[in-house]
Amino acid sequence: MVEVNLRLMKKNQSGTIKAVKVSGELGRRIREMGLVPGTEITIQGRAPLYDPVAMRVMGGTLTLRNNEADHIIVEVSEEG
Amino acid sequence: MTIKKNITMALAGNPNAGKTTLFNKLTGARQHVGNYPGITVDYKEGHFTHEDQKISITDLPGTYSLTAYSVEEIVSRDFITNNRPDVVINIVDASNLERNLYLTTQFLEMGVPLIIALNMVDVAKDRGIEVHYEKLAELLGVHVVPIIARSGEGTKELIKQAIEVSRSEKIWCPKDISYGEDLDEVLMEIVSIISDSSFLVKTYPPHYTAIKYLEHDDQILTLGQAADPIVAKKLEEIVGNISDHVLKTMDVYPESMIADHRYGFIKSILRQGVLSHKFDIDRLYTSDKIDKVLTNRLMGPVVMLLILFGLYQFTFSWSELPVSWMESFFGWLGGVADTTLPEGPVKSMLISGVIDGVGGVLGFVPLIMFMFFGIAVLEDSGYLARVAFMMDRIFRIFGLHGSSVMPFIVSGGIAGGCAVPGVMATRTLRSPKERMATLLTVPFMNCGAKVPVLVLLIGAFFTDHQALYMFLFTMLAWLVALVVAKFLRITVLKGEATPFVMELPPYRFPTLRGLLIHTWERTWQYIKKAGTVILGISIILWALMTYPGLPESQQDTFEAKRTMISQSYPESIRTELLSYNQETGELSQKGKELKAALTIIDQEESGAGLRYSIAGKIGTFLEPVSSLAGFDWRTNIALLGGFAAKEVIISTLGTAYSMGEVKVDASDSLGERLVRDPHWNGVVAVAVLIFIMFYAPCFVTVVCIAKEAGSWKWAFFSMAFNTAFAFFAAFAVFQIGSMLG
Repeated sequence: MVEVNLRLMKKNQSGTIKAVKVSGELGRRIREMGLVPGTEITIQGRAPLYDPVAMRVMGGTLTLRNNEADHIIVEVSEEG
Repeated sequence: MTIKKNITMALAGNPNAGKTTLFNKLTGARQHVGNYPGITVDYKEGHFTHEDQKISITDLPGTYSLTAYSVEEIVSRDFITNNRPDVVINIVDASNLERNLYLTTQFLEMGVPLIIALNMVDVAKDRGIEVHYEKLAELLGVHVVPIIARSGEGTKELIKQAIEVSRSEKIWCPKDISYGEDLDEVLMEIVSIISDSSFLVKTYPPHYTAIKYLEHDDQILTLGQAADPIVAKKLEEIVGNISDHVLKTMDVYPESMIADHRYGFIKSILRQGVLSHKFDIDRLYTSDKIDKVLTNRLMGPVVMLLILFGLYQFTFSWSELPVSWMESFFGWLGGVADTTLPEGPVKSMLISGVIDGVGGVLGFVPLIMFMFFGIAVLEDSGYLARVAFMMDRIFRIFGLHGSSVMPFIVSGGIAGGCAVPGVMATRTLRSPKERMATLLTVPFMNCGAKVPVLVLLIGAFFTDHQALYMFLFTMLAWLVALVVAKFLRITVLKGEATPFVMELPPYRFPTLRGLLIHTWERTWQYIKKAGTVILGISIILWALMTYPGLPESQQDTFEAKRTMISQSYPESIRTELLSYNQETGELSQKGKELKAALTIIDQEESGAGLRYSIAGKIGTFLEPVSSLAGFDWRTNIALLGGFAAKEVIISTLGTAYSMGEVKVDASDSLGERLVRDPHWNGVVAVAVLIFIMFYAPCFVTVVCIAKEAGSWKWAFFSMAFNTAFAFFAAFAVFQIGSMLG
């Protein structure tokens, strides 16, 4: 088990959110969409210019900009 | 039990949960759209009856949460606390239950009389998800009714139960959710202080106020300070202490802990046998398969361009016919007025002010209907969110949002759009600052009315490279719009980018009924709001161009000229001309000559009249300044007229150059005339073009900006800023261009 930054995750890689290290409006927006510790996510793909990122969360699809993904630490089974 | 006269219900839920569909299903056409004062969030109210029970229902804006961060959220919670609806119907998407219940937990914290409409049970079933709603109801302690809003299944039962809830206890009873030991303890302490001092209890239950204090909710903090500064200070101290404590021990803020525990609460409920999955949770649904193509990094942009181009074609080509019907109708009306009314200022005002003005407004209606229909299809199907997703990276550079692309395209990103529907299309943006920046820069695009002016001047002065220049000017419009957007975002609209965190809803087939309601709603708003103001401005502009009118001595001079010319022709020709009308046949050679000679005098007279009018005086008055950018007084009048509508520029230029009515398709002669005029050359043409592209938007657009921005301040800003910007750009082009020869 390794902890990585959400920005660094590859397409189709899955993991469990460990921490969301941001407060204020952005923090709240991230959390209210269900990105809280314990939630499982799978990277679904990226926009043509590699940003934003789209991921599967709780049966739905969410998108985040890379600089927003920076605040999210994910636990993945192995590096790569 | 006595039957209440009228039950009030509020409909709340996540965006994309089917709120509007349910609302339309319940109320049909008996609804009206309104605006909250000062802001542009729509709310809709509708009425219906269920078994003789009258019910009014308010459709609140779709939100994921009830914080104080966005207008939608503040509007929703203020409505609930101030209007105290008898029951809140919380619509949740059964196929996306976990996230939808986040809003539900906040309603439970408030303690409002609640009923859950579990929507899209059919979609969930297709996905292998079964929601045991009785279990969910038992665990949450509220009624849960499974429905399918699209077909209306279950809505009768929903309303029946909602009425039951509304008739029961009137006291709000908040539900206790655990937020972890540390916070729970503090929460109890705060609640007891609040209860003892009756702090804000008139509006909010103590438990809710306590949570909002822990969440550091700006709105409640401000209200608290106003209500009782001493208690407020005490509470803020307690919250400050616990914040420090949890930050030190756990590296989180209380607000994060609260959010995390809300989800913890939801997860624990769902785990107690509420959900059963038939398939693997990560299974790809049809929607994801479509996304594999439509948001593919290579295919996605290609398909997007095709779809946007299709929307553009649909809006502007298909609406051509109804637009021309409108035009010919108003042309006919003008003709009727022309033949039936006696000569005089009333006739002139009715034709040039009222009919042209109202015609101008209504002429846009088919365009707006088509565009909103197209956008409604993209929006309701879920594709618009994908466009935002793909375009965001580029638009973010300029401080905009991925969703800004649609308004830009509609406004003339592909030359020939229209800023009026473009401005209205900014409604699809949910981020306020990005939305405002988009709103203020879309008028820079080359709309369909600027195109003929471009064609005229480019055709006259750059005959050999017409296509190239057209392309360059289109690119220039994009460049300027985006750079100005960036400028606004670092000056008057300064601020952090609104978080992009966004849902890509599953693709859905839009319902025709939904599309039609959508389209009609927005079109009607346009007619109603824009119509009145535009009529007034149109009359003012007419007056500016007409009054004070030529002094009698000059009128006499023209009259004398006409008589002199007529006298030089034989009597028979004069009578021929008097009895002439177009249907009866050809004029003789001499008759044509006389007619042409008289027309020239008429044109000279209207040219002189224009110069003598207030607009003409303004034009002449501005000449010393405008000549810095190469504009003479004639061009000034035309530009002034262009404020009414950009297509007016050509006809006004025509009149100002004593050429009378100049039709767009017959504008060659005006072009030639300009080329021969000593005032004009290639540099002047470019300076004028630049000015026309970027100066104050036409007043229909200005009125729409005022309505969409929620204040006239922004409309005036747009006029002043754009004109100043355009003038400096034209000035620079003219000065530098003239220097280089």
